Amino acid sequence: MATDQSKSTATAVRAWAPVVALGWLIPGGGHFLLKRKGRGTLLLVSVLSMFLLGLMMRGMMFQPQTGDILTTIIYVGGFVGDLASGLLYLLATWLGYSQIDMAGHVHDYGTKFLVAAGLLNILAMEDAYEIAIGKKD
Amino acid sequence: MPKMNLSHFEAAVLFALFSSIVLGVITKRSDAERLRYGLRCFAYFIAALIGLGWLMRLGHG
Repeated sequence: MATDQSKSTATAVRAWAPVVALGWLIPGGGHFLLKRKGRGTLLLVSVLSMFLLGLMMRGMMFQPQTGDILTTIIYVGGFVGDLASGLLYLLATWLGYSQIDMAGHVHDYGTKFLVAAGLLNILAMEDAYEIAIGKKD
Repeated sequence: MPKMNLSHFEAAVLFALFSSIVLGVITKRSDAERLRYGLRCFAYFIAALIGLGWLMRLGHG
């Protein structure tokens, strides 16, 4: 009985893990894997546009820092948001597009766009997860 | 990478547009509902943008 339960858990994990992993690496990738091409395309275009706009506005990529509670929330949260863009974040960092923090409203918006792109991708991953486990159509 | 200079309004409208698309795509169950929800989210974003803009202008005197 316990073996059956662990088998079904392993099967369930095999159903959603690749979807969520691909959804993290490529925005909308999880939806493409689940044959939801239209929705995957919309997610890809939205997250990619937001990320590219953030880069073109010379937004800053957060590095995790700890200190007082506000610093920790902003820098660790921002880093998680940036990282959630997956391959976009990794490529931008490896290719040297990560900017230092600069004054000005355009740079500030760019930083927010970069984090928001990752946060929107988390929503897309969660949607792909729910489709993969059969909770959603 | 070209540099882009957007005004507050342009940046906020683009933010609203892409966020609304994602919220519409992931939230509802049928395409018609998704479209309606996405449009409604966009309208709320713009209403909040204009409302808060006026509030700040009036607050500053």
